This record gives sequence, C-alpha cells and structure tokens, in this order.
Amino acid sequence: MSKPYYEFFCPVKVIAGHKALENIPFELKSLGAKKPMIITDKGVRAVGLLTHLEESFAAAETEVTAIFDDVPPDSSLNTVRAAAQAFRDAGCDSIIAVGGGSVIDTSKAVNILVTFGGDDLLAYSGAHNLPHPMKPFFVVPTTSGTGSEVTAVAVISDTTRDIKIPFASYFMMPNAAVLDSRMTLTLPPHITAMTGMDAMTHAVEAFTCMAANPISDAYATAAIKKISANLLKVLDNPSDADGRLELAQASTMAGIAFSNAMVGLVHSLGHATGGVCHLPHGLVMNLYMPYVLEYNLDTNGDRIAELLLPLAGADVYAATPAAERALKAIATIREMRDAIYDRCKLPRTLQETGKVSREQLPLIADQAINDGSIIFNPKETDRADLVAILERAWG
Amino acid sequence: MKNDKLSLEKLNYQAQKAYVATMMKIIGNGLAAMSTRDEEARNELRNIRPGFVMQMTVFPSGPTFTLQVGENGSAKVLADAPGRPDLVIRFKHVSHAFQVFSFQEGTARAFANDRMVVDGSLGEAMIFVRCLNKMQQLILPKFIAQGVIKRYDENLGLAEKLSKATRIYGEVFKNIIRG
Repeated sequence: MSKPYYEFFCPVKVIAGHKALENIPFELKSLGAKKPMIITDKGVRAVGLLTHLEESFAAAETEVTAIFDDVPPDSSLNTVRAAAQAFRDAGCDSIIAVGGGSVIDTSKAVNILVTFGGDDLLAYSGAHNLPHPMKPFFVVPTTSGTGSEVTAVAVISDTTRDIKIPFASYFMMPNAAVLDSRMTLTLPPHITAMTGMDAMTHAVEAFTCMAANPISDAYATAAIKKISANLLKVLDNPSDADGRLELAQASTMAGIAFSNAMVGLVHSLGHATGGVCHLPHGLVMNLYMPYVLEYNLDTNGDRIAELLLPLAGADVYAATPAAERALKAIATIREMRDAIYDRCKLPRTLQETGKVSREQLPLIADQAINDGSIIFNPKETDRADLVAILERAWG
Repeated sequence: MKNDKLSLEKLNYQAQKAYVATMMKIIGNGLAAMSTRDEEARNELRNIRPGFVMQMTVFPSGPTFTLQVGENGSAKVLADAPGRPDLVIRFKHVSHAFQVFSFQEGTARAFANDRMVVDGSLGEAMIFVRCLNKMQQLILPKFIAQGVIKRYDENLGLAEKLSKATRIYGEVFKNIIRG
C-alpha cells in the first residue's frame, strides 16, 4: 500500500572517502569561511585524529584558527558557553565538529550561540525556534553509530537542574558530513560493535516503525545491508579501511533514515535503561533489538520479513518461505549478536551486562512508557508489556 | 470553474476550522472532565507537576485549547496560557487537525505523518496522548475508536463506557455553556 502522506528532508552534503578530509578547506572557502574552529574531545585529540585534519589544511594553505577540546561525554550548557566564548575570542567564522554524539551536539549548540549572540541557549530550546540559517558547520564523525551528522536535533544537559534540554531545527543540520575512513580506524572493537549495532537499530526501527516512508526505507535497507556485510569483517580486521568506510556510510544512511522516519520501542527502552543503569546507548540497542522485534511481530511481521533481504542476502531470502521470513530476520540479528559477543563480549541480555538488577526493571518500564519514541512503535505498549519485554531481555 | 473550485476550497477550510474549533472545546473540556471521572487518566496526570500548562493549537493562530494540570492529577481548561506554555502540540494546518478531530487519522498516526510539531517535553506529550487515547475509547463508538487508536481495551465493558462517556459529555457541555 502506498503511503498517503510523508515528509523527507536531508540537505546535508555527504563527502565520503579515504581522503575525504582533504576536501574541507575547499568546502569552507566555497561558503566564504576562512577561520574555522575545531570542536572535539580530549580522547580524539590524544589518539592523533586531528593531525590528519591539520596536515590536510596546511597542504591547502588553510589554518585551523582555534581548537576547543574540552567536550565531556555528556555535554552541558557550561561546555557550550565555554566553547562559544573560545570561538568569539579567536574571531572564528565556522565550526568543524570532530567526534561522536556529544561533540556533534555541543557543536550544534555552540553554533546557535555564536550565530545569534548572547549566552542564553535556553531561549532557543524546543522545536523550530531558530530564526535563520547559522554559520558554516562541518561534521567529521569519529564513530559510526549516532548519525548525528545528519540530524536536526541536539540534546544538552542542564547540570544545575539535572535535566536534558532538547533543540530541534532544520538550521542545526551541518553544511556537510565528512566521512573519512582514517577517523574510525583506531576505534576499539567493543566500541566499533556498539556503534555499529546502534546504526543497525536506527535503520531497523526506521524501517519497521510507523513513520517509515519510501525514501527513508531506501536509506534504511541500504544501511542494514552495509552493516550486515561489514561489521563482523571489521571486528576481525580493524585496519580494514574499506570496511570502516562502509560502516561510516551506513551510519550516516541510517541517520538520514531515522531522522525522517523516527525510531520506536528499542529506543524507548534504551533511553530508559541508559538513564536508570548508565549503560552505553549502543550496548542497549544491541541488547533489546530482537526482543522488541519479537514483541512487534504480530503487528508488523510483514515489514520485519522484508528486513531479511538486506540482513542475509538474496540467496537466504529466496530460500526462506514468505511466512518464515520475519522469524528468520530476527534469528539473523540474533546470530549477528552472538558472533559479536564471541568477538568482544557485547552483552545480549540484561544479566550479561552485570550492571542491571532485576529490581530496576519496573523503574526502567516507568521511564520507557513516557519516552517520545514510543508513539512511533507500530504496536501499542503499556507498562505491563514493557515489564514483560524486560523480563524476556533479562535472560 | 477555477474560481468556483477555489471558493469551494475556501468554504471547505472555513467549515473545517469551525469544526476544529468546536472539537478543540470538546477535547479540552473532555480531558478536564476525564481527570475527575477516570482513575486511570488521573493517575497518568499525577505524573505531571501541578501548574504545568499544555496547549494544543493549529498553525498559525488557532483554534486552540489550553489545559492546566492541578493537584492530584486534576486538570482544567484555561482561556489563555499564562506566558509560554510548557508544552505545545501544533498542527501544521487546519486540514491536518480536521483529519484527527474527525477521527480519520489517529493521534499516533498523525505524529508519524508529521502533521504536528511538539514544542516542549516529549514525556508529558506522551502522557497527554495516552489520556487522549483513553478519552477516545470512552466517548467514541468502538468501531470508530478502533480505527484511530493502536489498541482498543477489550476489557472496557459497555456499562463502564456508557457511564463514563455520559458523565464526560455532561461535564463538557456544562463547561461549554458556562463559557
């Protein structure tokens, strides 16, 4: 059945390749920017990832005007204000975010302050509260999972009130996402696995939840195919630059898919579990995905069945009777999780995390029921359903 | 011919706007009434801090209803929001609001189809959506409610449905007449 109405939007230029960073000076110039500030974290700087950028800039007779490397794992309003001040002090005119989700969200928020002035970031919180486009902004992801380089949202912590402030505006999307294989080559296996399965979940939920549309479907299935074909390969051979680049592209494609088609119950449970038990996002995505797909099976088994083709390939798809494809798709995801577990012990059950107690399950359910992504899940979910899923995921 | 079509379209939008304005009053007052008549809804609203203001509106300038949560999960309709509401759910066009309020499209489906924008905490928005779903279950005939919510509560008996629906409609009309 054709979709009666949908919207799709992605204005981000994607520059992908083994030498993609080298294109940034030209892209900056084409936007009239001459004094970029890099925003990153100390980990990225310590492993020498900025060197690639600095050297490619020097060869193009371009300078990085300032570097702000003080972004913590969970970014705050104070960090954003400090980075904005550094930007102003150095007279910068553009931003290059080099890092993972926290660095990218921080950079989006810094761009708000340096574009519109002042220090009152909260005045721009919420949906569509930015009046016009912002300063030139490039994102160089150093993980292949969040997809933040192509989303229109950022979440910043207000540590004084202990709340997270959401920002959503099309103007927050970067001018370009630069995917360079060198930037993920040094990622350790467990982070490669977690972020890869985070991207996989973005694609799977974008495809199977209520806001899926034909264009997001194309991105989601292409992302699933790339992750299925390359994640284990890269875990076995971390210096596989081609495989790394495939995963980086898959993450961006999954990001484009879910920023237009949203996500569902895996994310509701994942956000809640992250909040209650402080487990990494990618870990809980990998953990919950099959349990949620099994829960949704009687509502959208036809969509889950379609996942089998990108997950397992044409031969397996053709050899599987239509009525068995949904279960086979879930089994394929389970096999992938087992293979990942064998390589880097990424937990498949709540028990395997060693960081969740059974007494916390009701609290996780209480938080998950009010998570915004739950509305996009194809099957209505009440608190009892959530507890039942959590019990199954307990292991 | 073109002018006739345009004027018919205009008339259609005006009729939709009038219908949506009426339904905004019914939904707003219905939610307020349900907060005193339905324990499940009251328990939901107890999770929201007293004083929280929620607004449902249509771009660019309404129709609108504004609801304020009080103590113990009660809620009342406000004539105007005192300052910036804590949560705004804004339909992008009156025809989208008409789709939802004429029960051609469920609330979750409307969210999924990008019919509206949420400005504020999504957690509270989910609570309001569940209250809205509950109200639709109570006040709409089952065959209509089944088309707009993801799961109809099969444990909801006819006697309970009629009793609560009558009381909610009674409160709604009392409040609308009072202005």
